[in-house]
Amino acid sequence: MTALLEVNGLSVEFDLKDGTVSRVINDLNFSLTAGQTLGIVGESGCGKSMTALAIMGLVPMPPGRVADGVIALAGEDLLGASESRRREVRGNDVSMIFQEPMTSLNPVYTIGDQIGETVRLHQGLSRRDARERAVDMLRAVSIPAPEKRVDEYPHQLSGGMRQRVMIAMALACQPQVLIADEPTTALDVTVQAQIFDLLKELQEQTSSAIILITHDMGAIAEMAQRVVVMYAGRKVEEALVDEMLTNPKHPYTRGLIACVPHLEAKPSEERKVLTEIPGVVPSVAELGRGGCPFAPRCAEAMDRCHDEMPPEIIAAHDHKVACWMHVMAP
Amino acid sequence: MNLPIAIARRVGYALILLLAVLVLNFTLLHLAPGDIAETIVGESGGASKEMLAKIRKDYGLDLPFHEQLLNYLDRVAQGDFGHSLFFDQPVTELIFEKLVPTLLLVISSLFIAIVFGTFLGVFAARRPSGLLSQLITVLALLGYALPVFWTGIMLVILFASLIPIFPTSGMDSGPLGASGVGYIWEVLHHMTLPVVTLSTIYLAFYSRLSRASMMDVLGADYIRTARAKGLSEQIVIFKHALRNAVLPVVTFAGLQFGALFSGAVLVENVFSWPGLGTLAFESILRRDTPTLLGILFFSALVVIIANLLTDLAYRLIDPRIKTGAKA
Repeated sequence: MTALLEVNGLSVEFDLKDGTVSRVINDLNFSLTAGQTLGIVGESGCGKSMTALAIMGLVPMPPGRVADGVIALAGEDLLGASESRRREVRGNDVSMIFQEPMTSLNPVYTIGDQIGETVRLHQGLSRRDARERAVDMLRAVSIPAPEKRVDEYPHQLSGGMRQRVMIAMALACQPQVLIADEPTTALDVTVQAQIFDLLKELQEQTSSAIILITHDMGAIAEMAQRVVVMYAGRKVEEALVDEMLTNPKHPYTRGLIACVPHLEAKPSEERKVLTEIPGVVPSVAELGRGGCPFAPRCAEAMDRCHDEMPPEIIAAHDHKVACWMHVMAP
Repeated sequence: MNLPIAIARRVGYALILLLAVLVLNFTLLHLAPGDIAETIVGESGGASKEMLAKIRKDYGLDLPFHEQLLNYLDRVAQGDFGHSLFFDQPVTELIFEKLVPTLLLVISSLFIAIVFGTFLGVFAARRPSGLLSQLITVLALLGYALPVFWTGIMLVILFASLIPIFPTSGMDSGPLGASGVGYIWEVLHHMTLPVVTLSTIYLAFYSRLSRASMMDVLGADYIRTARAKGLSEQIVIFKHALRNAVLPVVTFAGLQFGALFSGAVLVENVFSWPGLGTLAFESILRRDTPTLLGILFFSALVVIIANLLTDLAYRLIDPRIKTGAKA
């Protein structure tokens, strides 16, 4: 199948206060086909959200800029497109759900207004038709009494409801690509499951492609078909989800998978200590030093890891990894 | 609590406040040194002891304080604020005559300060370290440091002798002036300098305020959402951001209405504007107690109405404020 969204050699740079330039995303490649869900995983500060903003064309400029690369939607180069063309794409062909449902809706407009605004803008619907579409969308995301809710303000809704409204807003124009940036991080576990079910259900109906950004391997296992693991602005591993979960190659991926807590069948059984990856993600100012960025935290790091950046190699069928361990021992 | 009840409650508070204003002002002016009877007599060129006693009796000045107060409140309740001792006119008539020019001056200044201040602030917020931002900071500092009467006097000097393009005194050109549309033009021409003087400080202040508030709002998540919808920058700024950013400006405008009103006293005197401020100044000089009491009462009334309107505006702008104070 041909790719719907293609990201090739994407690099994003930020000017720092001290005059230096930091590459927060470095030579990132991935692609996405219609109806597919791609998971992007990594800890906070790995460049996941910045990748999303780059696709949306919302990288804060200045101090940031897309330094290099291609982002193509159905063959159309977005980075080279005019600002007005990008606005047409934004919210219509590619839309986004953010991780803060409590603050992502404008407090002074009704939710009907805010959902309807998108379709009025992109599809030229009248105020009345837009309102009707808003009611339909609220019904689609399983909000009870949508005819009544449509005239309510965000502060009258709970967090889970607000995230549903955000989803309704993002899907109102039936986008080809939906970017969900940690859509459930701020929500209760039970609500998380509902939101994931909702996203899957809506994806089946509309055959949108979804990019799910998360740090939760559990969410990936549930939602995604394909996974990209990011660390310090680089892709360190990419594979289909089953392959990734059963046969992780990169020590960082293994660490992330080990971090997921498991419920024990018998409460009396001795509980395993929850694993963690020692250390923290390098700060923006520390990026761009020689060697593998994960080396300082890696239990299996060799001398070479500190000096040279590992190339991306194909470790198994449709499974890419950037780690010296796999280059040396094929 | 719904809106009518909220308003009724506010009006109830306002009435209590007005009563307090009346009692307090009457008491304060009573405590002030000087004898009203002697002032009245002084106007007519002096008189004998018998004459003074007669005046005291006629005006009820020989009664104990609390009776005088009750008499005054009783008359005010009937809408009678007494008779001006100096202008020889009923106080209400006198005040209504002067209230319009003052309100014209104050409301125009406030309007200009809010509208231009907000827009300057919005544009400055787009470039927080740009030239406009720095200019606004300097202007705000100057506006705060310069007393209103000084700015007024400087403008009078500038426009009376150096560049005589604006009139520096009065509200119209008198009986020889134009009528109809020409008159409106004439008043606008005359009010330019007083309005500029009075609005400068507030303009600087509101532009600072809205700049800060706008910068805050532009960093909000819902602004990112609005951009992610593909809305143009104009709609993001003027629909999504401005309505949120303008709230502090509305709050301050309501709070400062009283200050603006008292600022008008100084400006009116500098520019001989025939308003309440000039009248207040005159009646203080002439010890015209009934007029002064009336002016203080109506000023309080205007400020209370302004606060009530601010409250309503706030409810209109921000749906989160539904109930006001919870009972």
